[in-house]
Amino acid sequence: MMSFVLSIIRRDLLLVMRYPAEMVNPLVFFVLVVALFPMGVSPEAKLLSQAAAGVVWVAALLATLLSLDILFKADFADGSLEQLLLAPQPVWALVLAKVVVHWLVSGLPLVLLSPVVATMLFLPTEAMPALLLSLLVGTPTLSLFGAVGAALVTGVKTGGMLISLLVLPLYIPVLLFGTGAVAAAAQGMPVAGYLAYLGAMLVFALMVTPWAAATALKIGQMQG
Amino acid sequence: MYAEVFTTMQSTTPPTLLQVDQLACERDERSLFVGLQFTVKAGEIWHIKGPNGAGKTSLLRQLAGLLPVDQGQVSFPTGKQLLYIGHKLSIKDQLSANENLSWLTALTVSSTENQRYAALEKVGLRGYEESLAAQLSAGQRRRIALARLHLNPAPLWLLDEPLTAMDQQGVMDEQRWFVEHLRTGGAIVLTSHQDLLLDNVKILDLSAAVEAAL
Repeated sequence: MMSFVLSIIRRDLLLVMRYPAEMVNPLVFFVLVVALFPMGVSPEAKLLSQAAAGVVWVAALLATLLSLDILFKADFADGSLEQLLLAPQPVWALVLAKVVVHWLVSGLPLVLLSPVVATMLFLPTEAMPALLLSLLVGTPTLSLFGAVGAALVTGVKTGGMLISLLVLPLYIPVLLFGTGAVAAAAQGMPVAGYLAYLGAMLVFALMVTPWAAATALKIGQMQG
Repeated sequence: MYAEVFTTMQSTTPPTLLQVDQLACERDERSLFVGLQFTVKAGEIWHIKGPNGAGKTSLLRQLAGLLPVDQGQVSFPTGKQLLYIGHKLSIKDQLSANENLSWLTALTVSSTENQRYAALEKVGLRGYEESLAAQLSAGQRRRIALARLHLNPAPLWLLDEPLTAMDQQGVMDEQRWFVEHLRTGGAIVLTSHQDLLLDNVKILDLSAAVEAAL
């Protein structure tokens, strides 16, 4: 089963490398939102540093949302999903492989870019580790919850909007604890509690979402 | 004593790979066929015929397990080991012939690059192993999918229109692979609008089942 997961991960990474536009778009969106925010609101450092955590987290969340649509879409369109579902391996393993790739190409770059964009918003240096850590634990959770939404709308032509509606309620707790952690760090308060909650959500998502997304994929295939 | 009789019978008759009982299919509240009943044994090739919309693809998908079976039963007495090549070929444009074959084969067995090159040569894609699928013709793309036939050990092949987009030589070659597979104890269920040039093809005509459904 491990070789099955690895072969899917290798295939999808290869596909991303051959056609990087789909991966780059959400990242460009992420950087643009954060870069435009001071122009639209105010270039004043004091105001920006207060809003920085929220802006970076919201931009990361929306960028993730943007990238979800394509998670299973190509596989559904060209028939690969049929073959993946017919394989003797469990479907949740397939979901996990897809989520790993999704996080590697959309979540991880967001985490790595976040210190740069946060500096543009004058985020206090002492809050930087909290921002990095909260995104590092939070973005995989976003990918996992997002996989369920993406699986539910495979085969639906205008599924993009629907994913947002399905997934946003699950994203809001992650957003609250993520921004909470950064805000606490900026005020010199402990962040361990916030990070523990984010970690708990990640564990919960890891246990539940591969199974839920697998069920959704099977049902979607049966209708299609 | 009965057990002895049973085992001797088993050794002489080829094993049943697929058993279909009273199968019906309904799509969008339209009944496609009812009461389908047939048994596919090792060494048999079944040609599903019928006009467009008769439910040929739906039947194959039901057999593969990609469509729900609401009425009737589909069973695999010797275990569900099948290779399904559908209307959509699951070929990725941005991957080469070899890379496509690699991941598709990895779903069931592992394969070496030499094995994949040999399979691609058998389907007439020698020299195209590292060409991107996007640059290949419709027939060549189908040949990548058909190369799976030479790597996958599954005894039961379910093939949806495997002869479309193939040139004359390709159609002949493909039927030679079918014969080879039947000889080694495999079985094939396929749909096609062309008549096969093989002997002992069992015909399942869905237009009769359609009339029964009306």
